[in-house]
Amino acid sequence: MLKLKSITPLGADEARVDRFTGLTITEVTERALVSLTARNDQADAIRDKARGLLGIDLPDIGDSAMGNIRSVFWIGPESWMIDMPYSGNEYLARQVKQAMGDSASVVEQTDGWCRFDLEGATMNSVLERLCNADSANLAERAVTRTQIHHLGCFLWRQKDGFAVFGPRSSAASLHHALLQAAQSVC
Amino acid sequence: MTQKNRVNGGLIDRSSRVNFQFDGKTYQGHNGDTLASALLANDVRLMGRSFKYHRPRGVMTAGSEEPNALMKLRTGARQEPNSRATVTELFDGLEARSQNRFPSLKFDFMGINDRFSNFLTAGFYYKTFMWPRAFWEKLYEPVIRKAAGLGSISFEDDPDSYDKGFLHCDLLVIGSGPAGLMAALTAGRAGARVILAEEDFITGGRLNTETYAVAGMSGSDWARSVMAELESLESVRILTRTTVVGAFDHGIYGAVERVSDHMLAPESGKPRQILWRIYSKRAVLAAGATERPIAFENNDRPGVMMAGAVRAYVNRWAVTPHQQVAVFTNNDDGHRTAADLIAEGVDVTGVIDVRPDAPSLAGIEVFAGARVVNSKGLLGLKSVQIRLANGEIRDLTCGALGVSGGWNPNVHLTCHQRGRPVWNDAIAAFVPGGEMPAGLTVAGAANGHLSTAQALQTGAEAAVSALTGLGVSAAAPDLPEAEDAPNSLTPFWYVKEGKGRAWIDPQNDVTVKDIKLAHQENFRSVEHLKRYTTLGMATDQGKTSNMGGLAVMAELTGKSIPETGTTIFRPPYTPVAMGALAGRSIGKNFHPTRETPSHKWAVEQGAEFVEVGNWLRAQWFPQPGETHWRQSVDREVLQTRKSVGICDVTTLGKIDVQGADAAEFLNKIYANGFAKLPVGKVRYGLMLREDGIAYDDGTAARLAEDHFVVTTTTANAVLVYRNMEFARQCLWPDLDVQLISTTEAWAQYAVAGPKSRKLLQKLVDPEFDLSNDAFPFMACGEITVCGGVRARLFRISFSGELAYEVAVPTRYGDAMIRALMEAGEEFDAVPYGTEALGVMRIEKGHAAGNELNGTTTALNLGLGRMVSKKKDCIGNVLSEREGLNATDALRLVGLRPVDSKEVIPAGAHLMNADGSVSAKTDLGYVTSAAYSPILGCSIALAFLKGGGDRMGDVLRVINPLEGQEVRAEVVSAHFVDPEGERLRA
Repeated sequence: MLKLKSITPLGADEARVDRFTGLTITEVTERALVSLTARNDQADAIRDKARGLLGIDLPDIGDSAMGNIRSVFWIGPESWMIDMPYSGNEYLARQVKQAMGDSASVVEQTDGWCRFDLEGATMNSVLERLCNADSANLAERAVTRTQIHHLGCFLWRQKDGFAVFGPRSSAASLHHALLQAAQSVC
Repeated sequence: MTQKNRVNGGLIDRSSRVNFQFDGKTYQGHNGDTLASALLANDVRLMGRSFKYHRPRGVMTAGSEEPNALMKLRTGARQEPNSRATVTELFDGLEARSQNRFPSLKFDFMGINDRFSNFLTAGFYYKTFMWPRAFWEKLYEPVIRKAAGLGSISFEDDPDSYDKGFLHCDLLVIGSGPAGLMAALTAGRAGARVILAEEDFITGGRLNTETYAVAGMSGSDWARSVMAELESLESVRILTRTTVVGAFDHGIYGAVERVSDHMLAPESGKPRQILWRIYSKRAVLAAGATERPIAFENNDRPGVMMAGAVRAYVNRWAVTPHQQVAVFTNNDDGHRTAADLIAEGVDVTGVIDVRPDAPSLAGIEVFAGARVVNSKGLLGLKSVQIRLANGEIRDLTCGALGVSGGWNPNVHLTCHQRGRPVWNDAIAAFVPGGEMPAGLTVAGAANGHLSTAQALQTGAEAAVSALTGLGVSAAAPDLPEAEDAPNSLTPFWYVKEGKGRAWIDPQNDVTVKDIKLAHQENFRSVEHLKRYTTLGMATDQGKTSNMGGLAVMAELTGKSIPETGTTIFRPPYTPVAMGALAGRSIGKNFHPTRETPSHKWAVEQGAEFVEVGNWLRAQWFPQPGETHWRQSVDREVLQTRKSVGICDVTTLGKIDVQGADAAEFLNKIYANGFAKLPVGKVRYGLMLREDGIAYDDGTAARLAEDHFVVTTTTANAVLVYRNMEFARQCLWPDLDVQLISTTEAWAQYAVAGPKSRKLLQKLVDPEFDLSNDAFPFMACGEITVCGGVRARLFRISFSGELAYEVAVPTRYGDAMIRALMEAGEEFDAVPYGTEALGVMRIEKGHAAGNELNGTTTALNLGLGRMVSKKKDCIGNVLSEREGLNATDALRLVGLRPVDSKEVIPAGAHLMNADGSVSAKTDLGYVTSAAYSPILGCSIALAFLKGGGDRMGDVLRVINPLEGQEVRAEVVSAHFVDPEGERLRA
């Protein structure tokens, strides 16, 4: 039987890291993503179930809940993205669906996205060349949807930096835009 | 002698030496100079030629309003025409050249135009070059463009990059003169997020050009002290070399930061300019005012300048425009200029003041109640002729004349949302009024407060008011003591004496006579006046000329200036490079690309790619020895139909639909029924617009009772998702349905051909039975492949062959295509691209974008019975309109040439075998055409009136554009396997 080997959104075997003065851009590939959306009138029910499954409260609008291993960020009305390590969680959607039952719609999203983390003193200066999100004013844990290089992206403020989620098929274009902005600033 | 016109003082770095060239000659200047100030320092007054008459011209202003001193900067790909010398920061190695002259600035052959000025008046070419009509484009216009114009471009690609960016603030302060600094200081001290944008390369505005003290120190020193405090405040961001060019909706402003314009070339990786979009909660416009001239005969000679500009050159740049200067004024500002020149030892030969009661000035002859009536000096001003109050004429020697006709507040940004400025009699100028951009207040000279003290005070007040509106408490700082001279102006627009030309708009060579001609020919509305004469057009947009033109027209019509009105100011405030507007979205980065999961592998195979939206799809895969794309495509089609072919179909939109009412929802979205689709089955579906026209087709696979996966065409993936989301939220909010796109998450491959099952059986894990019984046509299921990788399998066919689509998580897409090809080796499997895909779907008679073209119905497509009448769906009612259901409505048919060697052209129209060819006899059109390697001839799909009844008829297929005519037989659209036996095998 032929075995399948995964590649990164940038088409490589290993995740890419780009370092600039005051900025590091790290491609993140080892995270699993699952969208969780409450069925009609089930928001309270899935909050309880999510607390039981993940051990964290589903966040409010524009916010995220960040744990040591698993996190959840808000993506729309009564809709969230669960973020966990990929290793051991390839069937995360199935696990979440089993826990949620008919109270939620659960969709595998891991490979729908590419993710680049930005860290460093110039990250806000770089982001202001890329998107109209007020990154300097985003509180820790805040998440917003914004356009970068014409691509619909999530921008997630984390403790030491930002995570940028973009459509996986355009990973090369998004990465190119990030590098150009970094070169422009750093 | 170099820099013979330098005087003492100034804000230049005299320890620096900056070499630059103008028209090939090398000069020196200092850091802090502009190109204009450095040229004046070197006694260069002649800097350009005028637009139409090629009149010699010199610098007129010291700012971005400059109409005359326009030059080409740099060479080669970085050559930039129409650059204003007055805002060009001097740098070592700068190369500047004059423009619109031949062969040289001093000896310009086209200066002959000036001799024919009587023929070249406003609108002359509208009237003159009327006949023959064809000559306009081929002869007249090229000749006129050659003879008249500004600079030229290099036609080379701009080697520099430009950024776009987004900034956010509580308060945007536009301009850093006394009003702007005070506003920024007030807001900064209150802790507000402030952006202070300054067009100049130093802050301070007119504080740098005047000698009046502020808080007991020079204006520039006071500005520096305020800047030091602002720079220490974390919440304040200072953007110099940044022009706010437009006021847009919701407090959003456009601004261009010239990051590297003051360098020979940008630093590596750095942008030349940045176009900022500034999101402000409030804004204070403190853009100052622009001095206006007084027109008189031959007032355009090099050396005739604005009086305030002369003051700026003397006080900021330590340059006098000439060793002998006179002043022509209607207000006290002209006297300021004279006083400042005298203080630097310049010979001021006289002040000509139109006011009979003009004040006297120590050491200078003031000609009260006089006016300048003419000037002399071919390439530079030598003298002016003045008429004294007693009627006497006198010649006054001078190489420069500072003219002051008063000041026009820079109201431009207040008008970008169609605000109309209002007339202020006290300063005889328009001030901001009417409906202004939301959140914008105006302070200082921009609002008609022309003294320094008023500017400081209104700047602070504007900031306090803006912050109060935001709920931020702010206290106005103590106001420093500053000049507060009263307004002293007597309106005076132009000198009526003399038969020669008095220039109103030097950039466009518009004279008082031209305005009189416009009036005579009834172009009296200000908008007509502008278009007829070109007054106020081009790079300066009439900043120094509009008011003069209005004043002349007002006088001619007997109306007041406010009754005459102004033209609308629109963005941009100053010219913006196209590169800045484009930003990084140029060349192959014009838009993002989307790569399929097999992209890397396809590149290795040497695939030819085609853009489909943002996707890059393999079009075909050339093999060694194939010299024409048709060879590759024919091979891919033949081998797929003979054995098996593989195609990346990831680009099709995939929408995950879940919820208790998911089936009911899809029943309303699709024209055909989905409520009873069993779990584990796929169904072809057709979507209609509200008007009954078909707009997309695809499949929906039912993975569970409450879970479907909808596929869309590649082109309509976003549109379908948007429409479904609209329907979910707005049409049927009570339905329990949740949608999310999963297009990116799955790598999906079509495996088509009689050997497709055998191939897949090598990869699909053995517990999944792919036999026809266990997994029949239109089955679907969640499976695993290659030893446990989760996957989805759909038995659907676009090619008409036994076919499957297998989907794996995208990260395995690259490995999956390699595995499919490796497993397919024993079957001689081929990859096929979009061309072979297209050929096979035409052979099968499947509709695609060519057929779903926004004008066709399900009936036209031969799918009329799919529109279920047992249920409601979007478009159902309007699809029943009589006109859409005529008996002779267009029907999808196949066409096959009578002579198999002939080619049916796509887009051709159908006519009966005999009779005339006209729109009236048109029977339909060809939508898709291809060479069928299976049939060995050209085939086509077409819409034909009453097509169902015309099987076997021979028609003419006409392409009148290229004179083509092909006879073709009407056949079934299903050229291959019309009974569908292969796909059910």
